[in-house]
Amino acid sequence: MMRLLPWMYLAVAFVFIYLPVATLVLFSFQDGQLPVPPFNGPSLRWYGDVLGDSRLTAALINSVLVALGASLIAVTLGFLAAYGLARHVLPGSALIRALLIAPLTVSYLIVGLGLLIVLTQAGLGLSLVTAGIGHVVINLPLAFAIIFAAMGAQQQNAERAARDLGANEMQVILLVTVPMLAPAIGAAFFLSMTFSWDEFIISFLLTRFDVTLPVEIWSMLRSGLSPRLNAIGSLVFLVSIAVVLTLELFVFRKRRS
Amino acid sequence: MTTTGQRAQGWGFVAPALLWTFAFFIVPFIVMGAMSLATLDGRTLIWGLSFQNYAELAEKRFLWRAIVVSLEITLTVTVVSVVLAYPLAWIIAFNVPKRWQRLALLLAILPFWTSYVVRSYAWLLVLARDGVVNQTMLNLGLIAEPLTLANTRFATVTGFVHFFVMLLTLTIYANLVQLSPNYRRAAQDLGASAFQTFRHVILPLTLPGIVTGAFLTFVLCIGDYVTPQILGGNTELTVPQVIMVQLGRRADFPLAAALAIVLMGIVTVAYLAAARWLRLDRI
Repeated sequence: MMRLLPWMYLAVAFVFIYLPVATLVLFSFQDGQLPVPPFNGPSLRWYGDVLGDSRLTAALINSVLVALGASLIAVTLGFLAAYGLARHVLPGSALIRALLIAPLTVSYLIVGLGLLIVLTQAGLGLSLVTAGIGHVVINLPLAFAIIFAAMGAQQQNAERAARDLGANEMQVILLVTVPMLAPAIGAAFFLSMTFSWDEFIISFLLTRFDVTLPVEIWSMLRSGLSPRLNAIGSLVFLVSIAVVLTLELFVFRKRRS
Repeated sequence: MTTTGQRAQGWGFVAPALLWTFAFFIVPFIVMGAMSLATLDGRTLIWGLSFQNYAELAEKRFLWRAIVVSLEITLTVTVVSVVLAYPLAWIIAFNVPKRWQRLALLLAILPFWTSYVVRSYAWLLVLARDGVVNQTMLNLGLIAEPLTLANTRFATVTGFVHFFVMLLTLTIYANLVQLSPNYRRAAQDLGASAFQTFRHVILPLTLPGIVTGAFLTFVLCIGDYVTPQILGGNTELTVPQVIMVQLGRRADFPLAAALAIVLMGIVTVAYLAAARWLRLDRI
């Protein structure tokens, strides 16, 4: 009995962890109007319905664009800052690092609220671009921290060798540093993508007419439970999982070997 | 070694990220602070140094109530999540065979990566009046009438705990596997029982990991708008929900800003309380 106890706990924990996800996915195949028991189906009608909905597909494309743009900017800025701080002696570098990490300690709601206040006071309109700016603010600390932690002495030696062989700074960065740091840069990029893809509150506060997918799902929620929501939710989950598994299989595994 | 030219080049690399953080995080933050000291006359904003918004927090019951509700929910969630996650992390670290550990951990935190809007909706499905939990209990004859589970504090706490158990399992597991097995052996050689070993050796050694995870839970939980809004309904409002109400109904930016500053104040107090054990650089 005592030997079984840990395994029973593990089983119960997994039921708790997977109960909402399993319910969500199962009733996305519901052949009926309500995503609650009894289950009838399976049917793919709600997936067809969701993929034929032009508002949802537009929101999906917006989400991908915002995630891609915000991640590219966050990783580029994060990499440059990490390179500058790791390779150059700068006065107040501890302060700079603290400043770059600071947005991580503040909730997304407050980041979004601050930007909303500034934008409305400045009379600037809200759009996907302003939401993207907010996403860079929350992803930059993460990208910087991941890449900075990966910068070590072995790259520095290779960089010196390249310089001795006549490479200029640009060539050193693009041909030596970036390839050697590819796992960390990849991890930073994919993590940024998932955070941006799943992010709701900043997008909700900072977009107006064109919205991202989580904001569109939010407005669908007002009409209550529906298998359509299950279908789109399952698709969103599938994309997040695909990105995380890619990260696990290709980036982290490579780094460990 | 460092010449002025190299230093200038160093600044060139750091500048874009610094400028971005300054323009889109520091400046908005300062403006928000100033906004919390402004007042609203009808629809016109009057900048100034008024503490009227903060005074309102003490005077108006619904504002005060929101702070209490937020604190109650956040503390409950933090404690329950730690208590549930610790055994889970322990079992994965010490009971699951080494070669399956990584897979077990990956599976235990996979739903962590669901969008929080979708995750809260999924819990709404589970807890709905005719949802899975009620239907199952009715069929088993455990209850005669469906229970009201959705749109309650219970639903909000459940949704939060689900998320943070996964997060904490990850941080506590990382802490447990770093422990050298020699500590356990030494304690047991000296005659400590399993419980004594845990209480006096393992627990103190993993405390920094627990406190770091609990602090993260506290910060993320108290600032979240989505989970209480979807799962808790409008029966009682948390601070983020009240902030969103101010933005929507009256466009009362000064009061919303003051509430945000209060939220940050609470997080700062939590940080100071936990600072002794916090290892934020080890996350």
